[in-house]
Amino acid sequence: MTLTARRVAIFGATSDIAIAFARRCAEARQRLVLVGRDRAALDRLAADLSVRGAPQVEVQEADFARTAALAAVAENAWSALGGLDVALIAYGSLPDQARVSADAREGEAALALNFVSPALLCDALAARFEVGKAGTIAVITSVAGDRGRQSNYLYGAAKGGLQKFLEGLRHRLFKANVAVLDVRPGFVATKMTAHLPQGGPLWATPEKVAGDIEAAIAKRGVVLYTPWFWFGIMAIVRTLPRPLFHRSKL
Amino acid sequence: MEPVRRAYRSWGGVLRAEGDVVRPRDPQSAARLLLAPPAAPVIAYGCGRSYGDVALNPGGLLVETRHLDCFLAFDPETGLLTCEAGVRLADIFAVISRPQADGSGWMLPVVPGTRFVSVGGAIANDVHGKNDHACGSFGNHVERLELARSDGSRLICSRTENPGLFCATIGGLGLTGLILSATLRLRKVSGLALESEEIRFGDLDEFFALDAESAEAWEYTAAWVDCLAGGAQLGRGIYLRARHAPSIGAEPPSRETKIAVPFAPPISAVNALSLRAFNAAYLRKLGRSGRKTQIASYEKTFFPLDAIGQWNKLYGPRGFYQFQAVIPPQAARDGTADLLRAIADAGQGSMLVVLKRFGSVGSPGLMSFPMPGVTLALDFPNLGDDTLRLLRRLEDIVVTARGRIYPAKDFSMSAATYEKGYPALSAFRHFLDPAMSSAFSRRVGIHPAEAQT
Ligand SMILES: Cc1cc2nc3c(=O)[nH]c(=O)nc-3n(C[C@H](O)[C@H](O)[C@H](O)COP(=O)(O)OP(=O)(O)OC[C@H]3O[C@@H](n4cnc5c(N)ncnc54)[C@H](O)[C@@H]3O)c2cc1C
Ligand SMILES: NC(=O)c1ccc[n+]([C@@H]2O[C@H](COP(=O)([O-])OP(=O)(O)OC[C@H]3O[C@@H](n4cnc5c(N)ncnc54)[C@H](OP(=O)(O)O)[C@@H]3O)[C@@H](O)[C@H]2O)c1
Repeated sequence: MTLTARRVAIFGATSDIAIAFARRCAEARQRLVLVGRDRAALDRLAADLSVRGAPQVEVQEADFARTAALAAVAENAWSALGGLDVALIAYGSLPDQARVSADAREGEAALALNFVSPALLCDALAARFEVGKAGTIAVITSVAGDRGRQSNYLYGAAKGGLQKFLEGLRHRLFKANVAVLDVRPGFVATKMTAHLPQGGPLWATPEKVAGDIEAAIAKRGVVLYTPWFWFGIMAIVRTLPRPLFHRSKL
Repeated sequence: MEPVRRAYRSWGGVLRAEGDVVRPRDPQSAARLLLAPPAAPVIAYGCGRSYGDVALNPGGLLVETRHLDCFLAFDPETGLLTCEAGVRLADIFAVISRPQADGSGWMLPVVPGTRFVSVGGAIANDVHGKNDHACGSFGNHVERLELARSDGSRLICSRTENPGLFCATIGGLGLTGLILSATLRLRKVSGLALESEEIRFGDLDEFFALDAESAEAWEYTAAWVDCLAGGAQLGRGIYLRARHAPSIGAEPPSRETKIAVPFAPPISAVNALSLRAFNAAYLRKLGRSGRKTQIASYEKTFFPLDAIGQWNKLYGPRGFYQFQAVIPPQAARDGTADLLRAIADAGQGSMLVVLKRFGSVGSPGLMSFPMPGVTLALDFPNLGDDTLRLLRRLEDIVVTARGRIYPAKDFSMSAATYEKGYPALSAFRHFLDPAMSSAFSRRVGIHPAEAQT
């Protein structure tokens, strides 16, 4: 840690993965900007983070579905602490594939929240990081973005698109010394997956994923599969020959 | 936030229940759950570290507090900590008990033998630690709490505000409502590390002598006892005494266990054979001097079992019982001897045996377990009827000695034994929340007769 504490902005700060990450930051005495849509939940989290050791916690309200407002969202978060060292984009939604297939408006909203919105927010942040020639933009995508599958291809496409977007952004920001981290979790026991039977060897806790994210930021990682074994699983899923893949239930 | 139907077990694993489980995301939604109580009874569930059925509710609704995990405020001048009820003691250590440069730091004034319990659970069982004779129980250090009741109220309870409900909730087994948050008074110690001494003793009289000699100068005391020894060696064991070591710090113990028992062995790993071997070896661990002194973190002294996650699985699929009772001072020597003799005669028991004297600090809790006297706690692998027969025998000894049994550890005491052990029961009934009840409260007849259906 440098003389002044690291400044971290978290977009979608009340996501379970984000909460676990924010707590790690707070306990390492970092300064935080929490951005989300639920004021009461953000305030409760801010108090928690202060007790845990964060010297400063700012709270900002934003609805990330309103893409027109994203430029202002980025600006507010950037200026709250006079610049940023790390931005983590954590918000998202896991739509039911059958429903988004049946209802185009729901499908459009899910694509917007999981792809359009984080992509635009990244760009708005990138311009600022680029000038400072330092920092990390970390974005939670998903292993679901690695290959389109019948069970969630709209979500997978949004996350996969975001992965491609980050790849390009990383290319652009390379010269500016700004790291772009693509975080690809597997199954994580959070409120997003509360309707599923969360348990068994493939499921991770938000704390585990948050620890992995922190370590990847520290070593300026590029693509993070978390937990690590998803790297192997997805290598198989990606290379599974199509005839076999088509017969699977994935 | 939909309840999920689930099967769950008590820590001892002997008891199972199936019912709806819900995990509210914040105190507001937790309080709302009580407002529209389903037809079935409700009880809170913290970390499920109680051995028996106080946190089980077959057919009813279980409110899991694991997401009520936010710290709300800490004042480093006064040591007052306010947090939600699902915060675990392990989290408080990690966040608050960080050593200063001079080794000093803030300490939880009372901790049970595991740090993986919630603040709500620690209050509801009014848990005790090795320093009961010096500091009393957990409830002595609760300044105030916020309680949600099924009539829609959210009440601040303290020694001055709603004092009746405050005292009923400490040790109240979750039956007075749902604790949402609490303010605890932490204790500043000049060194977080512990200076400790272990001393071998040959029988029960030596235990009492050592204890009398140690109480003044050592704030943490407890003894391990060889439960297989009888005759002249009845009550032999190892006495442990410890106190904070000025100017020596200790890092907080980890928030999770590093190793865990992955699955239950088909039969209990704890049996007569392994027990005999363990006890013989353990008695020899202090060497010829019979004494060992060291300065170290409090982790191994306070939480020896926390080193291995899910150690309860070692008892195999049939699980185990735990028994803990306290015998008042006038009967302490003989009552304890009777208990140990019954156990040695039955040849049952385990390596986990604790003998300790409770002091007279006195908790505000109406139904708290700790009272002056001597407390004995131990595990029994579940051998079916043989074990239940032994537990009944122990229960009789406790009743005769006018002692009481600890609900957090109990599976089998009768309603009559409960009522005799806890004379404040009828006063307590005024504070019950009509929506709340547990397998335990129904089993020992806590609810007034007309409310039972
Ligand atoms: C290894 C080990 C060692 C132990 N050593 C000790 C010891 O030394 N001393 C001691 O006293 N105990 C000891 N215990 C027992 C343990 O401390 C208690 O059972 C404790 O209450 C467990 O807390 P929990 O969070 O797991 O609560 P649970 O077991 O889940 O629940 C316990 C009770 O608290 C109630 N409750 C929980 N949360 C709330 C809430 N928010 N509002 C209202 N009611 C609530 C439940 O309804 C239930 O009645 C030990 C247990 C283990 C496993
Ligand atoms: N859980 C998994 O198994 C898993 C696996 C792979 C990837 N991921 C990804 O991980 C990230 C974090 O998810 P999580 O698992 O932690 O789930 P989560 O707790 O449900 O987090 C999702 C967050 O997105 C926020 N959000 C949704 N729509 C919003 C909007 N319009 N405006 C503002 N905020 C909005 C939610 O806000 P509220 O708190 O206010 O509801 C919530 O905090 C997501 O990008 C998810 O896709 C999760």
